[in-house]
Amino acid sequence: MTTFKRTDGRKLDETREMKAKVGIVPNADGSAMFSFGDTIAIAAVYGPKKMHPQHLQDSEKGTLRCNYNMLSFSVTDRIKPGPSRRSMEIGKITEWALSPVVMIDQFPNTVVDVHINIIQANASTRCAGINAAAMALAHAGIPMKDMVSSISIGKLDKTLVVDVSKAEEDWEDGEGATDIPMSFTHNGELTHIQLDGKIKREQLKEAIEMARKATQKVYELQKKALKETVE
Amino acid sequence: MTGFYIKLGVATKEKKHKMAELYETSDVTRERIRKYLEEGKRFDGRKPDEFREITIEPGVSKNAEGSVRVKIGKTEVLVGVKMGVGEPYPDSPDRGNLMVTAEFLPLSSPRFELGPPKFNSIEVGRLIDRIIRESKFIELEKLCIEEGKKVWSVFIDIYSINDDGNLLDAAGIGAVAALKVARIPKYDEKEEKIVYGEWTSKNIPLSKDIPLSVTLHKIGNSIIVDPTREEEDVSETKLTIGSSGEYISSMQKGDEKSLTIEEMHQMIDLSEKLYKKIYLKLEKFIK
Repeated sequence: MTTFKRTDGRKLDETREMKAKVGIVPNADGSAMFSFGDTIAIAAVYGPKKMHPQHLQDSEKGTLRCNYNMLSFSVTDRIKPGPSRRSMEIGKITEWALSPVVMIDQFPNTVVDVHINIIQANASTRCAGINAAAMALAHAGIPMKDMVSSISIGKLDKTLVVDVSKAEEDWEDGEGATDIPMSFTHNGELTHIQLDGKIKREQLKEAIEMARKATQKVYELQKKALKETVE
Repeated sequence: MTGFYIKLGVATKEKKHKMAELYETSDVTRERIRKYLEEGKRFDGRKPDEFREITIEPGVSKNAEGSVRVKIGKTEVLVGVKMGVGEPYPDSPDRGNLMVTAEFLPLSSPRFELGPPKFNSIEVGRLIDRIIRESKFIELEKLCIEEGKKVWSVFIDIYSINDDGNLLDAAGIGAVAALKVARIPKYDEKEEKIVYGEWTSKNIPLSKDIPLSVTLHKIGNSIIVDPTREEEDVSETKLTIGSSGEYISSMQKGDEKSLTIEEMHQMIDLSEKLYKKIYLKLEKFIK
């Protein structure tokens, strides 16, 4: 297992270079960029604002609404502009990943819109999107119990790696690739997990632990970028 | 973590004020913009015929054939070029296809909502399409692979990132700049498909004459260019002129108010002067 070489030479628990920046869309209430290597996500938050149409209003609490979109030229094979089944699912997944920390109970009948756009894609786009969205929410001053940090774990043949790239996602040797994107609060609670592929229970537990560790690094970077905006 | 939102929450109160302005320009502001213009003045100190600072930056997405970020003041757009191989249109069997789309992302303004494209983004897509097409900037006849069967398709996709007025001219600059930096992807003749992620060293065949859009707005008796969001709200009518230096190859008047012949002359002359200025920016970028 020690001889396992990643396609880009990274250590097993090493992410690609991560970058984070807050305040990139002047019009928005909050905005941020987060990147894993060549995967770049930007997010903007608008709200809380009155939800309309009215029948969507919730008189008990505010609504978090996430929209995920890939720019047509973010991938090599052009994506037709507009929503797709995939993008709608990822939008929903992102809402679920962030909801546990977003305290919008105090804003009934309102909506907080989070718009995530992938500018350049090289796998793990939903994780970059969630990281950017969580920062944008904090930047917008939306009350939050905690931060959310997201990372993908891959199983390439039999080996677990952190932050899956496109080349790794397309891994075909041995048992092939298993992709496990996960999101954690800084407190260590899991708010999102998906899995595509094939993995044994024990190894999945290992993968979760690996993700937990890796998201702490993501968290430090998110915190640093947010602090820069208030200092 | 709590520290973040408490500190940022303070700043948000000012932001809320800003947001109200973003949704709608108030009557007071509208009135003042008009009053200022009567004396030839603008809020940001520009002359009526002056553009804000323009910056062009290439390489937004490595996966695009060509891509750029264009900023005009606080307005920002991303423009990417992708290519595909497809069937030609029946009326141009020996020419490549061109498709231009513009999407006003909800990310870029509280005014833009999700859902089917609204008229303003369709308008930008169509205007840029005509500015590129009518000027014959792309030598589409050189993008034919097999007459009547296979030609290259060029997709120009425009996205707004922050709207502070004049997305249209930003999109025009972006489209030309993205085409300029684009490389043609590799094409596998045998498999009859594009080798995505690999490029040739060839650029898209382009003519020497660079088309640009200049949009002029009429407010009261004044003619201004490159309006901010607020100024755009006050604009009574606008004229988009697509020209390649000397020659005008596309034009469209938008909105309800009419123009006098004298105003038209003024706009036509002004567009030439502005073309030269924007061209210099672009020229620097291309080199």
